[in-house]
Amino acid sequence: MNLLSIKKLHFLHCGPIELKLKATEIIGLSGASGSGKSLFLRALADLDAHQGEIRLDEFNQQDIQAHLWRQKVALLSADTSWWFDTVGEHFSAQFMSDSTQQLEALGFKEGCWHWSIARLSSGEKQRLGLLRLLQNQPEVLLLDEPTANLDKHNTQLFENFVKKYLQEKSACAIWVGHNSEQLQRISQRNYVIEKGVLANAN
Amino acid sequence: MLIELSTFDLSLAAILVLILGLLSGYMGLGITRQLYIAAARTTVQLLLIGLVLKTLFASTSVPFILLIAFIMISVAGWEILSRQQRKLKGWWGFGVSTGSLFVSSFLITLLCLFTVIQADPWYSPQYAIPLLGMLLGNTMTGIALGMDRLIQNAWQQRPVIEQRLMLGQTADESITDIRREAMRAGMIPIINSMAAAGLVSLPGMMTGQILAGAAPVEAVKYQILIMFMITSGTGLGVISVLWLISKRLFDERERLCFKRLLKENTKF
Repeated sequence: MNLLSIKKLHFLHCGPIELKLKATEIIGLSGASGSGKSLFLRALADLDAHQGEIRLDEFNQQDIQAHLWRQKVALLSADTSWWFDTVGEHFSAQFMSDSTQQLEALGFKEGCWHWSIARLSSGEKQRLGLLRLLQNQPEVLLLDEPTANLDKHNTQLFENFVKKYLQEKSACAIWVGHNSEQLQRISQRNYVIEKGVLANAN
Repeated sequence: MLIELSTFDLSLAAILVLILGLLSGYMGLGITRQLYIAAARTTVQLLLIGLVLKTLFASTSVPFILLIAFIMISVAGWEILSRQQRKLKGWWGFGVSTGSLFVSSFLITLLCLFTVIQADPWYSPQYAIPLLGMLLGNTMTGIALGMDRLIQNAWQQRPVIEQRLMLGQTADESITDIRREAMRAGMIPIINSMAAAGLVSLPGMMTGQILAGAAPVEAVKYQILIMFMITSGTGLGVISVLWLISKRLFDERERLCFKRLLKENTKF
């Protein structure tokens, strides 16, 4: 049973792209800058216009209200944005009291809810951004260079965290990155975007 | 007991405007041209209208008065649009600003003419035209400010809006903060003038009436009426503009749609 299936996807100069993901699976995706990796993820989250068919389970993307689709097919962009003054304001009270374990698994302590956004490093934003995204309990994670700003230790925490989430929720993920060693390590299949289409990386 | 203004008096004021233009040009603030054009326009426009105002007020033809009202609203709509740094493409820009003026000024003027003033006939131009004019003049400021703030902020905060969409918020939720900010910007001038009325500023219409010999209480009542109408008109106008534009900024899949905006216009 496929969790996410992509058929004849076209966007901008890219396509056709065909891809199927099963539950708990991670797909690695790389490619030169400007090859369309981020645009591919944006099309999957329905943030840009595109043609083709994208299904989550048996649901067609275009039959579901866009904001509900994005709660289930969640995009973590390379550069997260924060609009309130402190970290905690971006989270629901319920989530904050329930997520102590998750917070620690990502290398934070509970006090971080009171941190001001201005003092966050890009790596902290990236990890807290993932946590913020998980409030919607997504079934597909679209991760755009998620560990680009993390040191070795935190990269390890992040990878384990994602794997554990996928196992618990039977979710799947597309992991965009430049580090082929990392992609080999975490993903079951690896692709490259070249000239607008997916090619096998192995 | 009207003190007549001499050519010298007017020239003195004109020289001040001239100096302001030179100063801003010297400092590179870039409004000199617009300032001079606006000053020239105010002179010519007021001279012309001053000459025909008596004839205009003597008219009793409804189509003619409606035509005047139509011209006033269109010009105000056009002026709102000219103050925008970025505007909606096509007829949307003009349509939104004129439409909101219609709601905020024209309908409220009608309401006021029928229920409050009850002149005979109700369209008596010496009431209808100045009333509409006062409403338009004030609401267009609020609408222009609110509209500009909404579009500029949405443009600058694109990453935040898209981030909120990525987190599964609706188009409406993703732009609420920006909309609230724009509402505030649009309403500040009129809230200021209500708060300052009588203490800081003496509204022109009321002062004029009292100086011309009207009973102070009557003049004050008129002024309050006008203030409340301007406030509700501005509020309604800004709300309708914010509603229409924030709808227009997103497509049916709740994606930001900046291709519906024209390129930046740096002059105003």
